[in-house]
Amino acid sequence: MALDPQALARVAHLARLHLDPTDSAALTDRLNSILDMVNQLQDANVGDVAPMAHPMDVAQTLRADVVTEGDIRAIVQPLAPATEDGCYLVPRVIE
Amino acid sequence: MHRKTLTELQAGLARGDYSARELAEHFIKRIQSLDPELNSFISITAEQALAQADAADAARARGEAGPLNGLPIAHKDIFCTRGVRTSCGSRMLDNFNAPYDATVVEKLQAGGAVVLGKTNMDEFAMGSSNETSYYGPVKNPWDLTRVPGGSSGGSAAAVAARLVPAATGTDTGGSIRQPAALTGITGLKPTYGRVSRWGMIAFASSLDQAGPMATSAADCALLLSAMAGHDPRDSTCVDRPVDNYSADLDKPLTGLRIGLPKEFFPATLDGRIADSTHAALRELEKQGATLVDISLPSVDLSVPAYYVIAPAEASSNLSRFDGVRYGYRCNDPQDLEDMFKRSRSEGFGAEVKRRILVGTYALSHGYYDAYYLKAQKVRRLISDDFVRAFEQVDVIMGPTSPELAFGLGAKSDDPVTMYMADVFTIAVNLAGLPALSMPAGVIDGLPVGVQVIGNYFREGQILNVAHRFQQATDWHQQQPAFGGDA
Amino acid sequence: MSWETVIGLEIHVQLSTQSKIFSGSSTAFGAEPNSQASLVDLAMPGTLPVTNLEAIRKAVKFGLAIDAQIAKRSVFERKNYFYPDLPKGYQTTQLAEPIVGAGAVEIQLEDGTRKTVRIHHAHLEEDAGKSLHEAFFDENGHGMTGIDLNRAGTPLIEIVTEPDMRSAEEAVAFARKLHSLVTSIGICDGHMAQGSMRFDVNVSVRKKGDDTLGTRTETKNLNSFKFMEAAIKLEVERQIDLIEDGGKVVQETRLYNGDTHTARSMRSKEDANDYRYFPCPDLLPVIITDEDIEALRAELPELPDARQARFIDQYGLSDYDAGILAGDRAVADYFEAVVTASGDAKLSANWVTGDVAARLNAADIGIDQCPVSAVHLGQMIQRILDGTISSKIAKQVFDACWNGEGSPDQVIEARGLKQMSDSGELEKIIDQVIHDNTAQAEAFRAADEGKQKKMFGFFVGQVMKLTQGKANPQQVNALLQERLK
Repeated sequence: MALDPQALARVAHLARLHLDPTDSAALTDRLNSILDMVNQLQDANVGDVAPMAHPMDVAQTLRADVVTEGDIRAIVQPLAPATEDGCYLVPRVIE
Repeated sequence: MHRKTLTELQAGLARGDYSARELAEHFIKRIQSLDPELNSFISITAEQALAQADAADAARARGEAGPLNGLPIAHKDIFCTRGVRTSCGSRMLDNFNAPYDATVVEKLQAGGAVVLGKTNMDEFAMGSSNETSYYGPVKNPWDLTRVPGGSSGGSAAAVAARLVPAATGTDTGGSIRQPAALTGITGLKPTYGRVSRWGMIAFASSLDQAGPMATSAADCALLLSAMAGHDPRDSTCVDRPVDNYSADLDKPLTGLRIGLPKEFFPATLDGRIADSTHAALRELEKQGATLVDISLPSVDLSVPAYYVIAPAEASSNLSRFDGVRYGYRCNDPQDLEDMFKRSRSEGFGAEVKRRILVGTYALSHGYYDAYYLKAQKVRRLISDDFVRAFEQVDVIMGPTSPELAFGLGAKSDDPVTMYMADVFTIAVNLAGLPALSMPAGVIDGLPVGVQVIGNYFREGQILNVAHRFQQATDWHQQQPAFGGDA
Repeated sequence: MSWETVIGLEIHVQLSTQSKIFSGSSTAFGAEPNSQASLVDLAMPGTLPVTNLEAIRKAVKFGLAIDAQIAKRSVFERKNYFYPDLPKGYQTTQLAEPIVGAGAVEIQLEDGTRKTVRIHHAHLEEDAGKSLHEAFFDENGHGMTGIDLNRAGTPLIEIVTEPDMRSAEEAVAFARKLHSLVTSIGICDGHMAQGSMRFDVNVSVRKKGDDTLGTRTETKNLNSFKFMEAAIKLEVERQIDLIEDGGKVVQETRLYNGDTHTARSMRSKEDANDYRYFPCPDLLPVIITDEDIEALRAELPELPDARQARFIDQYGLSDYDAGILAGDRAVADYFEAVVTASGDAKLSANWVTGDVAARLNAADIGIDQCPVSAVHLGQMIQRILDGTISSKIAKQVFDACWNGEGSPDQVIEARGLKQMSDSGELEKIIDQVIHDNTAQAEAFRAADEGKQKKMFGFFVGQVMKLTQGKANPQQVNALLQERLK
């Protein structure tokens, strides 16, 4: 499995990354060298072993349904690039 | 003062040899005069540090000194610190003053520690050389033309140069242990779930773990006792009592079974590193330990498995950096898509983008089974190898890094060669085990590190091994010439 | 050509927890923008989710209510996509291992026939924030969208049905039944206008008798039964017209506008979507034991179907009345409290489904806000039964109680609405009426029986007028009959 420029463009769009067309070839090469290394996995004989998503094989601990958080808008909104009337602003979304 | 360990400084403060303020001032002066060359700090928080030191002195006067009261430390810039820039080594967060403290930061502060600043790191902890930082590379104090390792390279270099007696780090694939090895200090990655991840900016959530970096195992034990423990804000953080890691440091090693996996001693290993490792093992044998040859057959696949799992998780974890609520936003976005794409492309560096692309690809339609699912199955095999090994042995040892500190820029153009720097450390993260690196030699003026891997939640045991070794040897006391007289 | 409609639904049900699914923020509706958005909801770097136990419990209760298999182990996954109201860049949801497996819901149609709609599964997930498209501009006058994250992280269950419905009416009957179910078991407040239940409808048509399904479209985010019905009918019509004109239905997502009763295709992003689901590494599997399940089953109230059956059986109500009363837990509880206070189920049912429902509807409020308590309504019905007031006067009493004039007894007393039970007084009034209308009385006496029946009402009306309606109608009838002989 290897990336071609078309696949790279699709993946970059999914990741919302802009690709500079001038170094797209070099990037494709580097990514393919990583994928070559990763492709060693294909030879692994994993049988029917269960995938391991997490090092801890235990159940999730849950929290009680209690409101513990208050209004922190005045603290966190100064961190945002653009806000107005308490809302975060982004270029208009057209659905 | 800067030649002393944390444990010695603790005693000095208790005796009144110096105040917390004097200590803080001394180290701040060292940072200010020496760090411009090392570049190990992103932010120096002198004012806050002095205020904390004064508070520590006042607490001591009231008889309310905590275990870390007045001890200067630094935090890797991956930990959120309220009101202080928390950049994660990235342009994306250059303007981000975190609105809250990480649990690790809170706990160490509650113990009385004084925070001198935030240390440099590979961008979003992605790197093994500290060259991917937006704030420039960190230099190894043993040789300023070489890297300190990464991603916790700033913490490692700062502690090695005695700009601060100890620092926090994080370890996703070796990011505490490999820089500790390359700079001649002691660094511990705890069991996954031992230390809270709340407030620690995520790279790969199922692998990330915070730990201490210091000049001795005893110092690491002191810090870990304060850092570890259940946190209701991290549901992967285990609710289990914290050991007193300092209590068993001196326990004799009689009867200790040390496993030596043949996979950690490949024929291609640098002979000098192998020699240092064997010398360390002989010292432990002398103290009553026995060496057992073992095999971890699937460990050879740990690097490829890691470079699927870590980028996959990272690609998702880093999606929140979208230029909407905090962090970098590009100028004059044409529309929403343009804002997302340019903010992320301009805010992230090359290595971060590479890993996001690899991770996105590995999870994408048609590739998930071949990459992600396969890697998770291999992860299980690797973890099972360790479980079987720990039925025979108490700890597992080998070299931390396959090589000594390499030259700045030597591997920047070849990501895969760079990834191999963590070949001995990565399997531990996949399995979630605790491991530390301790200094075990100096070759051509560069330190060598040896790794000690423990069973789940047996941090106390690996610290015990390292401490006994450090009682009998002085590798951990060796210091670089850099900054020696300041 | 005869066509068959095939409908499947995906329903987002907001769970009525105090706090969000992964954070301790309030879920209350209508707060100032972003005042209920915590560090976790804002996806601040370094923050982590911790799951709300109550969200799990409510999801399990739903599963038990539809007789579904409850997953002993369920897994949260990340659904990755970029949108400004999705702060983490992924939605935490469930895919491969949802908490609720296959189940079924029985619906009853207008004509009384029953039908089973199969539920494919139901999974837990978090709601997104809201995008406000009007009213914001940057310094150059470009339109901006405002993002409010108060809703982000509100717990949802998404319920996915099999394509078992065959008409808009069936889909609406199902939607109403689901509304009744989730409100009855107390997992959702059911406030449709606030978005507490939102429907996505998948519609396709095929020639009658065909086995294969036609190409379907999905119309998203319908939040009223009325719009849902209208949107389905519109889409069915569109698809049939399209095919009959030689065209083909394209799989797409559509948006329905209830104000204009039109729908349009959303920019088709279907092919670009690749959500890259994978297990969320911040959340371990949720493990539920048999004991947990049994404890939750024990907490379930009587379900609407069972209650309907009991109302028919215990109170002798009609299937229809029992269905209406049992369909809404608050209404059913109110009704049963009225029965307890009045002692008469049928009269209680008439009042609750009649005057009470009409007044609530007109005032656009729920029964929980009804100004006339069940005890007062029951007391009033008792006064009808014991002859203190007539059914006609009862309407006056009810209105007065509704307007806050006190209990029925207080109203009857204060307004002097007690029926005249003194026959001597009534006799006097009747004599006067006959005296004042001698001509009519003569005509009555001369008329045949058939005509008399028609004329009798005039005298009753006159008596009621003079007594201001307080006379007991049976008594009036009897006395008039006697006097007019």
